[in-house]
Amino acid sequence: MAEIVSLQSAIRTHLHDGDAVAMEGFTHLIPFAAGHEVIRQRRTDLTLIRMTPDVIYDQLIGAGCARKLIFSWGGNPGVGSLHRLRDAVEKDWPKPLEIQEHGHGDLSNAYVAGAANLPFAVLRAYAGSELPKYNKNIRFIQCPFTGETLAAVPAIRPDVTVIHAQKADRKGNVLLWGILGVQKEAVLAAKRAIVTVEEVVNELNAPPNACVLPSWTLAAVCHVPGGARPSYAHGYYDRDNRFYQAWDEISRDRETFLSWIKKHILDTRDFAAFQKVLSESGKEQLV
Amino acid sequence: MSAAKYSASEMMTIAASRLLNNGAVCFVGIGVPSTAANLARLTHAPDIVLIYESGPIGAKPDVLPLSIGDGDLAERADTVVSTPEIFRYWLQGGRVDVGFLGAAQIDRFANINTTVIGDYKKPTTRLPGAGGAPEIASCAKEVVLVLKQSARAFVKKLDFLTTVGHLDGGDARKKLGLPGKGPVAVVTDLCVMKPDDVTRELIVKQLHPGVTREQVQKATGWEIRFAGSVEESLPPADNELKILRDLLLRTAVAHGQAPAA
Repeated sequence: MAEIVSLQSAIRTHLHDGDAVAMEGFTHLIPFAAGHEVIRQRRTDLTLIRMTPDVIYDQLIGAGCARKLIFSWGGNPGVGSLHRLRDAVEKDWPKPLEIQEHGHGDLSNAYVAGAANLPFAVLRAYAGSELPKYNKNIRFIQCPFTGETLAAVPAIRPDVTVIHAQKADRKGNVLLWGILGVQKEAVLAAKRAIVTVEEVVNELNAPPNACVLPSWTLAAVCHVPGGARPSYAHGYYDRDNRFYQAWDEISRDRETFLSWIKKHILDTRDFAAFQKVLSESGKEQLV
Repeated sequence: MSAAKYSASEMMTIAASRLLNNGAVCFVGIGVPSTAANLARLTHAPDIVLIYESGPIGAKPDVLPLSIGDGDLAERADTVVSTPEIFRYWLQGGRVDVGFLGAAQIDRFANINTTVIGDYKKPTTRLPGAGGAPEIASCAKEVVLVLKQSARAFVKKLDFLTTVGHLDGGDARKKLGLPGKGPVAVVTDLCVMKPDDVTRELIVKQLHPGVTREQVQKATGWEIRFAGSVEESLPPADNELKILRDLLLRTAVAHGQAPAA
């Protein structure tokens, strides 16, 4: 049963140095507030798992929280490169980053296998690709019934999955909608799951078949309004495309990045304080 | 037809959009493929079904998405499913007619690299990676590629083979047992290429108006072949240009950007 607690307390209790952590959300509902709290609490040596690392993992990697990244597409969507990810891979800054890369179909299937408590996922892909040469976790098997050769990848089983959702009720049942990505699978594949939500309500009023994560599948629920910014929360706020564009400039240079992280994350108490500082810097072009 | 002035990238987008048939189910990559697919939907192919890997099926965005999972895609789609479902039931299930993709590097057999420039373990440039491309290129019935042509992008040898096209040519792809036909066209800002029926090597079938063979060769890292009779692409029609420009303008306004060139 999920406890409704502060985000600080949820990260302190459930997310430890060295954990394999999945913070999911396919462009939508990216749990930025939780990512910031991980940086604030100076977690290190994490294995970060995410289909699209996005700006959230660029921040964590640049801040030195990560040892390894498991991913399938690592760009700044609609803008270009993730400069902190690139600097880590190309120049080992701030430390070497081991990478294990997949395709989207592959990684999303691997979460499904994790949620289903199966050892691996199968799919039809990678014949002819060089990815399996460099990722020993992509292998080929023969179908025992037809003999067809198929790709196999091990199940993803994070120590902790963190997602953001629209609503929770007071018992900690969570409702999310819109583009759902692999959030449900990532939660059910994990040993522990933390969910930040836009609002806590008396009744979810979820229609049948809605995506509801029952409280007993979660470790903690945290009320963090705006917690997915600068990504978006369907029905609450739009994607802050200007921030994604500004991130290109903020993250390009190591010193600019470090001073941004210090001012906006390390020197703020929580996400509400971060948003306040950000909106003030917004008047000075976000930096 | 039009006497209006247009840019090479407008010609590329328009030429790519013309390859999509009305009613086709199209799995769309972000960027130029998404622009061209939506242009097709707004011109000759109103019943085209656009699928984005984040989950929307039958997406009808009013402005082009900046990311592959913008809210507008979900808001105006026929349905939105989870990402595993998109890849398992819809793509691998054999329901996609055309995979519409971009690339950083491409070779003469339309294999593509979106992973690294340089050595994999110590790359000079780390590119974003595979995304959905390996699965799309395996399972879509056909693949159309669209990218700007330059000797840096059209290379003799890929630095990394992320997504298979026709591998070494001939029946190499067939031997891999992939369900889809692979790339059937590559559209650039200079020309349209299609694979040879037998060798599967890309051949220039169409030059955009005003483009010379020399220009194409200069922008290609191997000795490019031309079809016996190379056609000239029809220049953009007035309505194609107007609809494309309107789309890019309202997209720029919505995202707070300067309008795309």
